[in-house]
Amino acid sequence: MIEFLSALDQIVSITHLTYLIAGVLVGLVVGIIPGLGGIAGMSLLLPFLYGMEPSVGLGMLMGLVAVIPTGDTFTSVLMGIPGSSSSQATVMDGFPLAKKGQAARALSAAFLSSMIGGVVGAIVLSVFILVARPVVLAFSSAELFMLTLLGLSVVAALSGGNIYKGLAACGFGLLVGTIGGAPATGEFRFTLDIDYLYDGIPLVVVGLGIFALPEIISLLVKNSAIASSPNKLGHGLKQGFKDVFSNLPLVGKSSIFGSLIGAIPGLGGSVVDWMTYSFAINSSKDSSQFGKGDVRGVIAPESANNACASGSMIPTILFGVPGSGAAAVFLGGMLLLGIQPGVSMITTHLDLTYTIIWSLALANILGAIFCICFTRPISLLTYIKFSILTPIILTLILFAAYQATRSLGDFILLGVVATLGVMMKGANWPRPAFLIGFVLSSGAENYFFQSIQFYGYSWFLRPGVMTIAALIVVGFVLPPILKKRKQKNDATAESPLHEAQQGSDVKTVSWTDWGIIAILGVCATYALLNVWDTSMLTKAFPIIAIAIVMFSVAMLVSQYVKEKHIGIPSDLSMNLVYIAGFFVIAYGYYLFGFISTTFVFSLLFLKFLAKASYLKSATIAIGLVLFLVTIGRVMNVDFPEGFFDPYLLSAIKTFI
Amino acid sequence: MKKLSKLLGVSVLTFGCLLALPAKAQDTELPSTINWTIPFGVGGGTDVWARFIAPHLTKNLPGNPTVVIKNQPGGGSITGTNLFFQRAKSNGADILGTSASTLYPFMLGDKRVRYNFEKWIPLMASPTGGVVYVQPDLGVTSADDIAQLNDVTLPFGSQSPTGLELPVFLAFEMLGLDIKPVFGMKSRGAGRLAFERGEAKIDFQTSSAYLNSVIDLVENKKAVPLFSLGILNNQGKIVRDPAFPNLPTFEEVYFNKFGKQPSGMEYTAYKKFLAAGFAFQKVVFIPADTPNDIIQTYQKSVKQMLQDPLFIKDSEIQVGPYENIVGIDAAQYLSEAITVSPELYSWVSSWLKAKFDYKL
Repeated sequence: MIEFLSALDQIVSITHLTYLIAGVLVGLVVGIIPGLGGIAGMSLLLPFLYGMEPSVGLGMLMGLVAVIPTGDTFTSVLMGIPGSSSSQATVMDGFPLAKKGQAARALSAAFLSSMIGGVVGAIVLSVFILVARPVVLAFSSAELFMLTLLGLSVVAALSGGNIYKGLAACGFGLLVGTIGGAPATGEFRFTLDIDYLYDGIPLVVVGLGIFALPEIISLLVKNSAIASSPNKLGHGLKQGFKDVFSNLPLVGKSSIFGSLIGAIPGLGGSVVDWMTYSFAINSSKDSSQFGKGDVRGVIAPESANNACASGSMIPTILFGVPGSGAAAVFLGGMLLLGIQPGVSMITTHLDLTYTIIWSLALANILGAIFCICFTRPISLLTYIKFSILTPIILTLILFAAYQATRSLGDFILLGVVATLGVMMKGANWPRPAFLIGFVLSSGAENYFFQSIQFYGYSWFLRPGVMTIAALIVVGFVLPPILKKRKQKNDATAESPLHEAQQGSDVKTVSWTDWGIIAILGVCATYALLNVWDTSMLTKAFPIIAIAIVMFSVAMLVSQYVKEKHIGIPSDLSMNLVYIAGFFVIAYGYYLFGFISTTFVFSLLFLKFLAKASYLKSATIAIGLVLFLVTIGRVMNVDFPEGFFDPYLLSAIKTFI
Repeated sequence: MKKLSKLLGVSVLTFGCLLALPAKAQDTELPSTINWTIPFGVGGGTDVWARFIAPHLTKNLPGNPTVVIKNQPGGGSITGTNLFFQRAKSNGADILGTSASTLYPFMLGDKRVRYNFEKWIPLMASPTGGVVYVQPDLGVTSADDIAQLNDVTLPFGSQSPTGLELPVFLAFEMLGLDIKPVFGMKSRGAGRLAFERGEAKIDFQTSSAYLNSVIDLVENKKAVPLFSLGILNNQGKIVRDPAFPNLPTFEEVYFNKFGKQPSGMEYTAYKKFLAAGFAFQKVVFIPADTPNDIIQTYQKSVKQMLQDPLFIKDSEIQVGPYENIVGIDAAQYLSEAITVSPELYSWVSSWLKAKFDYKL
């Protein structure tokens, strides 16, 4: 207890606070820039760590880790682009709220729940530090596999209109996730002999491609401001706080759940938001507004993702096994500070551990306060005509995507995934289902084989496995049954088929639907032929994924053929023109260089498409160039150089 | 195979060039910024090693240039190393840091590898050791009881057949242990967790990880160390690891169990991959076509750095009590270590196929 308080005393000293706030500010900026998350932020701070006082350095790192899931809410809500992988689910309802002109409400609710979640996470962390070892060790490969299944079971809740669309998307996500080396054998699958694909596909690129670009394109096609209703910011802030207080039980449950999931290595931030989101849907009496702007859909994931960041520190500190990507970098930071993670952190270095906990709690509070202060001015962005913002957002997205592997392949893949994203958005296919399948794919495969190899087939008799299985059944099967009962009580006799298609009474089909079905079918067939000759351990999991895709596609086709669907036109031609334009730009990067292409594109786009004045266009374009040059310098990034960039850069150097 | 014979020729050439360098080196002007490419992500072992060395390097190089760490992860270091091979400037502004997972794919002829070591000169190499340990409930108290493990199936959490565990697998096989590899571990740390959970019965960690995370287990009777991999001394002999002087080497254990020294193709392969993966665990390379005076300046500064008491103190903590290899020794030993003869290659390739169903 004495150490606990002396650690607090240490934290509130001027030096500590300065570094902590520095970490918080970097974390907020990194969180706000779409696609940059903990890993990028940590990499920014690492060079400063060497030779720092350990507790000061830890405070700075914790400041950063704690607030990334707070800051990333801005872009998720305001632009429909996940600010980092842990706020993907926030987009689902946050963005619709912004479109309704309630951005400030969504943001303030998010920040307050982030703060509560983060503090709860810090409390859970301190409890865990004292009792954690046996708990973390209780999670073997078998339980971890069941947890990935639990994660996958949320697909049903996210499928919206049509369960088969959800299944097909999820199966396809699982299949895309198997690209690269097979965990059980090391053999490579579906690489098409392209070096880029050997490592598998980076999550950042998939996240940005499936969510961000399609949103940008559809806003461009509409060419209006993001918020369509008149300015209601005035009382939005207070309303958001009220929303949090009226949903405190949800905040509490999500936070605790978030910190527990965070404590399990390998699940982490990109899953926890979806799991709590679906939990919020399943546990609410009236879930009709989810996906259309229900504030609970913001509160749940935002409480969870901050708690998760704290939770991921548990295995990192105790075992030296990082709970997430950011935690992995944090581990490197600890080593640079000369601290060894492990049991010593709860024996000899307990004071440092308490420093970490206090820093987490304090940083969460500070981060939320900063964000709330900025909410109003930043929310006003949603009232600017979108085409003005486009070059800025697009540059940020491309920069973030390029961080994945720093090769041109990132841009090409982004375009390919975005094409799929545009089609799925246009035909109402659940994009989150695809993403969840993708995120959980490697974990599911890995843990499944490991558990079989360690335990034979007796692993499903383990108590932990049975508990999680029960949870899955409860979460997955119970809500529909309850809803059915309720409907029966309401004496609306509906056929079971309608059950599966709640919310879409009018059955529609469009050419885009057929297009996606064709793509899935072709990919699944190709994949099947590709893995057919490989060893059993290599092909088993992809074949399961292929089976899911094939089955769902078959069911969909039979639905469309058997039942009468109203054919609706889906005009995506304009969207596809933009996608083609995107590929042209990517080629420009290769040919002329990233920075010069960005400059020329922004200038032309703003002048001729957004009809901005010369002055405005030039200012934004020059600003972007300066941003790229500066961040490139700070983060040691080499952009694709092409033909003009070297000249441009040397010209800039003479000025600076 | 053509690549390998070419490599042999060229490594001799490189070696010759090094000898031919004039003896007195002037301090030449180095670029003000040195980009140190690390083909791994931030926070990994190689990255932390580089970040620990970088400030010392800055201190000891003339003009104290800024050393910037450039992380280029991908392909288990193949991607970043390929890029370095294509793009590195030969003016002293570009150096590279590698790990065992950069050398092994090259030795095993991975088709993604587009680099070769003939165009680079190693400036220094940091060795490491490793320790094998087992669960205490197997009734083994030290390597003397290794016979107890006959006919016991030992699950072992591993990353891949061709990773750092490759020589360890060979050692297990020579000792006649019945190992059941469970692949797909994200890191050696994940393998250790599987051991701590009791799923894995046998595990292996490199020196620093063992000192940080396993010593506690041993003290709490949760793990029993069997043997260390030892280190190569100056004569190329494997001797006891200075970090673990009380642990027998693999060779000693083998001798105790079978009454003879290990030999044959299997042992040749073991020694080959042990040398490359552990004696040259981390290497700093510079392009060979960098001007001679710059290379010499680097070599002089690295030597100076290794004698700096501050560096030695830090190095104890970060790397272990190992002596870094520098200069001509490094070039010579390294080219020996990574040269795989055609018959050895075909032996390893068929062994991988038979044992793990892994096709090179």
